[in-house]
Amino acid sequence: MGTAQSHVEFRGVGKTYDGRTMVVRDLDLRARRGEFLTLLGPSGSGKTTCLMMLAGFETPTEGEIRIAGRPVHDVPPRKRGIGMVFQNYALFPHMTVGRNLSFPLEVRGMDAARRAECVRRVLALVRLDGFEARRPDELSGGQQQRVAIARALVFEPDLVLMDEPLGALDRRLREEMQFEIRRIQRELGVTVVYVTHDQQEAMAMSDRVAVFHRGRIEQVASPETLYEEPEGEFVARFIGDNNLLRGRIVSVGPDTCEVETPGGTVRAFPVHRHRPGDRTVLAIRPERVGLARTGVYSNIFEADVEDIAFLGDHLRLRLDLCGNPAFIVKIPNTVGHGAVLRGDRIRVGWGAVDCRALPDDEGARAVEAVAA
Amino acid sequence: MARALRSARVRAALLTLPLVAFIGATFVAPLGAMLIRGVHQPLVADSMPRTLARLEGWDGRSVPDEATFRTLASELRSLRERRVLGAVAARVNRVESGMRGALVRTARKLRRASPASWREATIAADPAWGEARAWRAIRRAGERYTARHYLNALDLRRDAAGAVSAQPPERRIYLSLLGRTLAVAAAITAICLVLGYPLAHLIANARPATSNLLLLLVLVPFWTSLLVRTTSWIVLLQNQGVVNDLLVAVGLIDEEERVALIYNMTGTLIAMTHVLLPFMILPLYAVMRTIPPQYLRAAASLGATWRQAFVRVYWPQTLPGAAAGALLVFILAIGYYITPALVGGRTGQLISNMIAYHMQESLNWGLAAALGGVLLVCVAALYLVYDRLVGIERMRLA
Ligand SMILES: Nc1ncnc2c1ncn2[C@@H]1O[C@H](COP(=O)(O)OP(=O)(O)OP(=O)(O)O)[C@@H](O)[C@H]1O
Ligand SMILES: [Mg+2]
Repeated sequence: MGTAQSHVEFRGVGKTYDGRTMVVRDLDLRARRGEFLTLLGPSGSGKTTCLMMLAGFETPTEGEIRIAGRPVHDVPPRKRGIGMVFQNYALFPHMTVGRNLSFPLEVRGMDAARRAECVRRVLALVRLDGFEARRPDELSGGQQQRVAIARALVFEPDLVLMDEPLGALDRRLREEMQFEIRRIQRELGVTVVYVTHDQQEAMAMSDRVAVFHRGRIEQVASPETLYEEPEGEFVARFIGDNNLLRGRIVSVGPDTCEVETPGGTVRAFPVHRHRPGDRTVLAIRPERVGLARTGVYSNIFEADVEDIAFLGDHLRLRLDLCGNPAFIVKIPNTVGHGAVLRGDRIRVGWGAVDCRALPDDEGARAVEAVAA
Repeated sequence: MARALRSARVRAALLTLPLVAFIGATFVAPLGAMLIRGVHQPLVADSMPRTLARLEGWDGRSVPDEATFRTLASELRSLRERRVLGAVAARVNRVESGMRGALVRTARKLRRASPASWREATIAADPAWGEARAWRAIRRAGERYTARHYLNALDLRRDAAGAVSAQPPERRIYLSLLGRTLAVAAAITAICLVLGYPLAHLIANARPATSNLLLLLVLVPFWTSLLVRTTSWIVLLQNQGVVNDLLVAVGLIDEEERVALIYNMTGTLIAMTHVLLPFMILPLYAVMRTIPPQYLRAAASLGATWRQAFVRVYWPQTLPGAAAGALLVFILAIGYYITPALVGGRTGQLISNMIAYHMQESLNWGLAAALGGVLLVCVAALYLVYDRLVGIERMRLA
């Protein structure tokens, strides 16, 4: 994907509101035409700020934003032609659904007959046929959400921004709407830049996810890659469950390295160029750890079962292992309920490829702090 | 169960009793008394019952008979002795000017007489009694219930035949004054809206510290004594005042053409706008605070220009506040009396100043009450219009 294909592009964008703290730093990000790109990150990490800069409601302090290859620095929001869905919908409360939807068409000077036709079509798209005469406060949360999406699409923008659009909905409705949004996006082929702090939502909907942390992007990748191949401790922690073990590199081979932890030496996959003596943090998914008698692993350890929970399809064990007092192991419920009991001493193991040796962010920060 | 609920409701109602009593004593009762005073005039009827009884059968055109003259003389004498003649004469005089003198003179001249013909003696005392007009005045003034004050307040009168017709042009003052009052109130409302709207928006969208400070500044007029405020206006606006000095100093006007900014309608407009501005800003602010900036952003992202976003999205949502503020300012303005009295001079007087004049100086309380009644009807009409257009339950005060 060359520059020519990028629909949205952030180039070295930085933003500060107060002149001192950068809420967004060195941001480089691209979205292809027709891509569903999600900005994921904890509260305050700068996601909304990025979206607002893209929509034109905030100006970048540094860097440049391009839409369809053209810098949009001096294009006002109304001329960017971007559909936008706000967290609290921002449906105009004094207008009916029909008026809300025809508003963007009216300000574009479209005649009444064509407006009515467009409104009907977009209502059918979000499956709310015949709701023109309702007022927003006569709709359920999910219906309001659909109207908000319809309003962002009715004037046929090719770029749509959504800022936590499902935040106010309950779980079931949220999952339903995730599929709806995805369906609509595929049907229309629009580019969507979507903001959420819910990693499951991001994983379920996106082509690619950009993980934000303190105004920086930690990693941009497909959901599978983020899950299977996190490149840093933050992503490993933030996406799904991970067991983290801290240690020091002893030796480095071509695709394994040996790491010394308080519980013994662990074989792991080096994600970055480590040198012996470096501090590292190991990330192991709970479901990649197995009972040693059922598999052949390059790492095998013995530990007491501190706690156990039966969760239907799997058992969840808590072990004290290699210096991590809350090492979680998920065991599929094929070995049978009662195969493992609390207080048992068991042997667990995992493969070297499932154990990723990441740079130790906390160690690195401690070093930075000392240097400063 | 139902009984327990009812007794709880009764107890709750009892708690409001002191308030109800207070409002009854300080508002409903005086208002009712005033409205009644506009149509109910018992003084003359109570003072001259026998004369009025005799006039009941009178044809209204000829001069009444001897017995009527005798009755009049005796009642006049008794009124004079009880020292209420003045008040009664003043009442009759309002119906027919010149009657005060006639009554007082007649009573004095007849005080010890016992003539053979009361008719001749009375006409000799004052020739007015020889004409039916004087007697008609007595009869009119003796009506216990009268529309006279209301007719008067609307620049109407009853002619000799009893038909309602317009006052002669030189006596028409109240309708034009009422019109002027409504126009001034409308102008003040408009100025308050234009000045208050942006300020309310600023306060509603500023950071908390700034918005608190601004609110404080808005409320300062409430806390300043009326006299201090008025004095300041005089200092600022008078001919040799700060504003005129400034205009001369800047060279906008010459020394000789200093602008009359006070003791006229301009003074009334400026000072009343200042006094009433908070009543516009507070309801507007209360509504604007509830409108998130998201709406304007949404409108812009949908392609609306600033003006379209304002006219189609923001303004309609602030309408309840604007309407509430306008209603408050307008109603307060048409009843305002102190400020025009202090800075309005001769041309800046409003209907309420006329009411005050009739209350305090001409002592024509009936007319004052009728003017007040007309004003009340205007306010009630306005309220109904507001209710129709906006709906009173949507009114939001600060
Ligand atoms: N208008 C503003 N003025 C000053 N600071 C702001 C403004 N908007 C955001 N910030 C700050 O910028 C930082 C990033 O905010 P932003 O709203 O982009 O976060 P976010 O990732 O969207 O978080 P959330 O998930 O809570 O919405 C925060 O520390 C916030 O306090
Ligand atoms: Mg946000």
